[in-house]
Amino acid sequence: MQMRSIEIIVGAFMLAGILSLAVLAIRVSGFSVGTETNTYTVYARFENIGGLVNRSKVSIGGVIVGRVAEISLEQETYTALVRMEIDSKINTISSDSTAAILTDGLLGGKFIGISLGAEDRYLTAGGEIHDTQSAIVLEELIGQFLLNKF
Amino acid sequence: MLSNLRKIGQFALVALGTLGRAGLIWFQAIWRRPRLANLPLVLRQIYQLGVLSVVITVMSGFSIGAVLALQGYNQLVKYGSESALGLGVALVLVMEIGPVVSALLFAGRAGSAMTAEIGLMKATEQLSSMEMIGVDPLQRIVAPRLWAGFISMPILALMFSVVGIWGASLVGVDWLGVYEGAFWAAMQDGVDFQSHVLKGIIKSIVFGLVVTWIAVYQGYDTIPTSEGIAAATTRTVVYSSVSVLVLDFFLTLVMYQF
Repeated sequence: MQMRSIEIIVGAFMLAGILSLAVLAIRVSGFSVGTETNTYTVYARFENIGGLVNRSKVSIGGVIVGRVAEISLEQETYTALVRMEIDSKINTISSDSTAAILTDGLLGGKFIGISLGAEDRYLTAGGEIHDTQSAIVLEELIGQFLLNKF
Repeated sequence: MLSNLRKIGQFALVALGTLGRAGLIWFQAIWRRPRLANLPLVLRQIYQLGVLSVVITVMSGFSIGAVLALQGYNQLVKYGSESALGLGVALVLVMEIGPVVSALLFAGRAGSAMTAEIGLMKATEQLSSMEMIGVDPLQRIVAPRLWAGFISMPILALMFSVVGIWGASLVGVDWLGVYEGAFWAAMQDGVDFQSHVLKGIIKSIVFGLVVTWIAVYQGYDTIPTSEGIAAATTRTVVYSSVSVLVLDFFLTLVMYQF
C-alpha cells in the first residue's frame, strides 16, 4: 500500500482514539473545565453530615445549583462545617433559608437540599445558612423505634 | 531425587535466561534514541497492528457492552435501581473490560501475526542478512513494532470502551427502557476522569507494552523451523493472555492505593 494512504489511515486511527478519549472525558465522566469560576461560597454547619462527601450535590427544589466543596470539623463546637459552591446565577437565596441533608432515594447518596425562606435579604458570597437539618441516620432511627416499642 | 532437583534447577536457569534475553532485546530496541527516519516504519506497524484490529475491537466492544447492559438490567431491576445501569456498565468497561479484553484481542489478532512474521524472517535468514549489510534488525524490525503496540493499544482500549457504552445505551435505554437522563447522569456522577478513565488508560498502555514485547521476543527467539514458529505463535497468545490477566489484578491492587 502507498505510504501516503497509510499515513492518512493511521491519522484517522489516532483521531478516533482522541475522539474516544474526549467522549469518555466529557460524555461519560462529566469532566468540565472552568465552571468553578462562576460560583460563590456559602457555609452551613451541621450536627451530623451522615454520608455527605466532597462534590455532593446542592439542590433547590430538586434542581442542582451547586456542589459541596469542602467538609471540615469545627473544633470549638464540634460541628461539621460544609463549604458549598453555588452557581452565581442563583443569587437570590434568602438569608433565612434552610439547608437539610437529604438522601437520594432509599439507597442513593446524600445531598444538600436548600428550602427557601421568606427574608428579603439574600445570601452573599461567604454567607452562612444558620437553619440546618442534619442527616437522618437510619441506624439511629431504627434504634429509637426499637426503644420506643419495648 | 537428585535428578529431579537438577531438572528444577535447569528449568529455573532456562526461565531466567529467557527473561534476560527478552529484557535485553527490549532495552536494545527501545533504549536507543528513536530515529525520525524510522517513523514510516512505525506508521506502517500502527496500520498493521492497530488499524487492522479496529473492526474486531469495535465489534467485540459493542457486543460486550450490549450483554453487560442486558445482564445488569435484569439484576438491577429487581431492586428498582436500573438507573444505575449506565454507571455500572461504564465503570466496568472503562476500568476493567475495556483494557483487558482489547488486550486479549490484540494478543490474538496482532501479537500472533507479529510472532509469525518475525519468526519467518528469522527462518528465512532475513534477519541475519540484515545484520550482514549493516542494518540493525532490532532497530529496523523490533523497535517500530514495540512503539506501534505501545501507541495502538490505548487507542484500541478507548474505542472499545466508547463503543461498549454506546452498545449498553442502545440496549439499556432504547430497548429495555431505562430513563435516558438517569442513565447518563448516574454515569457522569459516578465516573471520574482521573480516578477511573486515566487508570484504564495506564492499564492499557502497560498491556500494550507487555503483549508486543512477548510477541516480538517469541518471534525473535524462535527455533527457525515451521514447528518452531508454530510453537512460538502459540506461546505468544498463551503467555500474553495470562500475563495480561495476572498483571490486571496487580495493577488494580496498586491503583487502589492511590
